[in-house]
Amino acid sequence: MSDKNTDPQRTALYDKHIEAGGKIVDFAGWEMSINYGSQVEEHHQVRNDAGMFDVSHMVVLDFKGKDVKSFLRHLLANNIDKLKDSGKALYSCMLNENSGVIDDLIVYYLSDEFYRMVINAATRENDLAWITQQMDAFEVDLTERTDLSMIAVQGPNAREKALSLLDKATAEKVAELKPFFGLPLEGGRFYARTGYTGEDGFEIMISNEEAPELWDALIKAGVKPIGLGARDTLRLEAGMNLYGTDMDTSTSPLVSGLTWTIALSPEDRDFLGRKVLEDDKLAGVKEKFVGLVLEDRGVLRSHQKVITESGEGTITSGTFSPTLKKAIALARVPAGTGLGEQCHVEIRGKKLAAKVVKPVFVRNGKSCLENT
Amino acid sequence: MSEILDDRKYTKSHEWVLDNGDGTVNIGISDHAQELLGDIVYVELPEMDAEFGAEDAVGVVESVKAASDIYAPVPGTVVAVNEALDDAPETVNSDPFGEGWIYTLKLDSADDLDELMDADAYQTEVADD
Repeated sequence: MSDKNTDPQRTALYDKHIEAGGKIVDFAGWEMSINYGSQVEEHHQVRNDAGMFDVSHMVVLDFKGKDVKSFLRHLLANNIDKLKDSGKALYSCMLNENSGVIDDLIVYYLSDEFYRMVINAATRENDLAWITQQMDAFEVDLTERTDLSMIAVQGPNAREKALSLLDKATAEKVAELKPFFGLPLEGGRFYARTGYTGEDGFEIMISNEEAPELWDALIKAGVKPIGLGARDTLRLEAGMNLYGTDMDTSTSPLVSGLTWTIALSPEDRDFLGRKVLEDDKLAGVKEKFVGLVLEDRGVLRSHQKVITESGEGTITSGTFSPTLKKAIALARVPAGTGLGEQCHVEIRGKKLAAKVVKPVFVRNGKSCLENT
Repeated sequence: MSEILDDRKYTKSHEWVLDNGDGTVNIGISDHAQELLGDIVYVELPEMDAEFGAEDAVGVVESVKAASDIYAPVPGTVVAVNEALDDAPETVNSDPFGEGWIYTLKLDSADDLDELMDADAYQTEVADD
């Protein structure tokens, strides 16, 4: 069952990473590029122009069949009935019975009997085991699309540059995509206006055979390769959760900044984890998920202790924000902690001053901090 | 390939140590070390006048990726720190052997420098990394 003892896997774009000078690291059993030189320069490239990430290690699952709707209604904490227009995407958690987060994912509505899901690479085995176990009672076919690669093109100029590679008729259709919509094209290609950076752009699925050609064409169009390092600083600035650090099976979405993804209405939708979520809400949630900005000099990192007026908390992910030139973090703190409140973070025995803010720091190239 | 200058000594923890000839040494991190760390965003400088023994942690270099301790290569007292790094920590990336120096140590004993690696030995050490 475990892939852990096997050799690391390579995406169809591995040679392209080497060509571009990528520094290769192991990520969830995949040989991926952490950067191609400077992580900070790559970060700015995405904020100011256009960059691309190979995210082919992520797992694409196609669900088909007459029960697929009722199955996903049961499986996911967000409600897929919100998806009424073809191509519309939904961000959701998949919970266990105790309301712990098994994974976070995106699901696309393609037709009443066809949904496409994208899950994390690191959680693949657990996810598939859980999903297939839940599928028993439903008439649903599951296909893992290992034949597809995925390239995320992100940044203020990302759409324009990606569209320049399409023929006129296709480009017109793809240009009309609204945020959080995907569009299947001929030959298995799929363009979605989604991402993990807080910038506009596309996530493009394409056959493994054609992926290197698209990568080269994007480079020619002025899109630069970006490694997983900058992907993390970009998502953190955008206030987007990372599975495994900001939440996992031991944490409820209610204390992970994911309450907005929980659809408790309609009341008769019996999804996995619902009972415990309702009990927790009734009992009162004791922690909340916030952003922190360090006011003293230093760098915030995960697992550092946060000291607030209402008690202690923990940083779930932290970094130095290249856009704000300050250390920022996501943190789980006592529920009484207020936005704008001063707190302290313990770093190497010293208590450094920080401020509690909304857990979103940068969107579309601009600081969100003035609003807090 | 990272650069190694032969006018100075090195430690296993990748500090370079340049003898100023007046009983003090300048200390920074090697080109190899800054390459491993990636973009440096913060340097926690040692305290002025602090006294350290060999291999004591004296400060920290933080990149976007990770935090890495800086050690005292030999026993001594901190007599200068590179305050320019407060505003421009990236200098450690761009000029690790020059403007990116971190601090100056007054040696307890000049003989202690003999314990450190020369450029050739450090080259071998780095090759094993």
